Amino acid sequence: MNNMLEINGLQKTFNKGTINQKLAIENLSLTFKEGDFVTVIGGNGAGKSTLLNLIAGVYPADAGQVILDGKDISKMPEHKRACLLGRVFQDPMMGTAAGMGIEENLAMAYRRGKGRGLKWGISSRERAKYREKLQALDLGLEGRLSTKVGLLSGGQRQALTLLMATLQKPRLLLLDEHTAALDPRTAAKVLELSDHIIAKHGLTAMMVTHNMRDAIEHGNRLIMMHEGNIALDIAGEAKKKLTVEELIARFSQASGQEFANDRALLS
Amino acid sequence: MQFILSFLAACPGAISQGILWGILGIGVFLTYKVLDYADMTVDGSLCTGGAVSAVLITAGMDPLLTLIFATLAGMAAGAVTGLLHTKLHIPAILSGILTQLALYSVNMRIMGRANTALLGQETIITLLNVPHAILIGGVFAVAIIAVLYWFFGTEVGCAIRATGNNDHMARAQGVNTDNMKLFGLVISNGLVGLAGALLSQYQGFADVQMGRGAIVIGLASVIIGEVVVGKQANFSLRMTSIILGAVIYYIIIALVLQAGLNTNDLKLFSAATVALALALPTLKKTIAGK
Repeated sequence: MNNMLEINGLQKTFNKGTINQKLAIENLSLTFKEGDFVTVIGGNGAGKSTLLNLIAGVYPADAGQVILDGKDISKMPEHKRACLLGRVFQDPMMGTAAGMGIEENLAMAYRRGKGRGLKWGISSRERAKYREKLQALDLGLEGRLSTKVGLLSGGQRQALTLLMATLQKPRLLLLDEHTAALDPRTAAKVLELSDHIIAKHGLTAMMVTHNMRDAIEHGNRLIMMHEGNIALDIAGEAKKKLTVEELIARFSQASGQEFANDRALLS
Repeated sequence: MQFILSFLAACPGAISQGILWGILGIGVFLTYKVLDYADMTVDGSLCTGGAVSAVLITAGMDPLLTLIFATLAGMAAGAVTGLLHTKLHIPAILSGILTQLALYSVNMRIMGRANTALLGQETIITLLNVPHAILIGGVFAVAIIAVLYWFFGTEVGCAIRATGNNDHMARAQGVNTDNMKLFGLVISNGLVGLAGALLSQYQGFADVQMGRGAIVIGLASVIIGEVVVGKQANFSLRMTSIILGAVIYYIIIALVLQAGLNTNDLKLFSAATVALALALPTLKKTIAGK
């Protein structure tokens, strides 16, 4: 299978030249095959979110290359990379426009990567499609197409963002701790939905999580980050047999440190 | 009785003035509410529109045709603010203030002096015929609202609204948010330039000071309109409410002037009214919290 994502020698330092200088990503290289569903775990400040933001182009890398589906996107601005990516954020407020209706949000996502002109923003044909997709979420949103998204719960908003991220099939789906702000039951539901959507469309996906169990139970490959680089990379059969205890032990071995993430240990 | 009569006599003038300032109010609404951008350019671009129109009329151009040039001049002013903000990363408010200041010199250059009179010139509206001015102003307002309602329903219009609503989301959906901000500022200041042209024709002169405090009147119109129809009203109703808000604002002004307020105190009164209106949500919370 082809490589969907290729990262070569990625480097990022924040606040360079000040006393707050922080090396976030250090000479990181990584390759995803098409259809890989990779979970990413790591301690606080390990560089998980920075890695995702560098792929998405939220800020530029100091050095290194990001090649997506054979195309070097390292120099592309965020909104251009967005045409190839689907993103769901940790903050449920971030992925949707609160002051716009559910259908208007979906219509924005439907036009990702296409030109936007002076045609009417939503066609009636789309509406039927949206209703059908919303029905599949099973959250009762299909009857509320014109409801402002600001009136939805965090879980509903995340589910909607997930739908938006995958309405146009992305080359890579980036999930940045997208269930962290939700209550456990809703988090489980959104996670289940993520699994379902990724499997259904055969997406290549990257999911950052702080929950070790989730990282082990989902996806076909697990990456553990430490100090801006990859400390562990476990795939295939080895990942299927992995346990939380083993993961912690292997992390200590690989990094020479205790696994330091209160949130991860508690959950 | 005398008071009521003279107030009533002042009302038609307040209505016609309100409609014209309401067009500026819609421009302010587009930046302040739709784009979430406090654009100070309007204090300058209002006069730019007025100056362009007045100078072209005295040069013999058809007054209706001058509106196009006034609108274009306003758009150019909006583009400058937009470029300062998006390309040079100057904070939003400061970009507007810089353009506004620069426009003072530009407006002086356009007119060659501090004001241009339109005495004896034919104009499309005039305060000498208020009912006619209300009619024409109303036609302009309705046309502008119709066009904007259509535009903000299109794909590009939706992208501008999404940018103002949540620029993270807009970028993640492939929208060039810098361009959308620029676009919004251009449209907004185009409207403001048009309002300035109509105002100068209505009052019979353009003056370099005519835009001073325009942003406050625009905000007052937006806020009063919001009180009348609520925040959840649809887009065309919200824009209509701004025209209504501006009319109400000028009727209140007529009222306080009749009641004996010194005209020099008007700006203090306007600023205090808008400050109070903006503070209302906070004040409500504080009172409810006790």
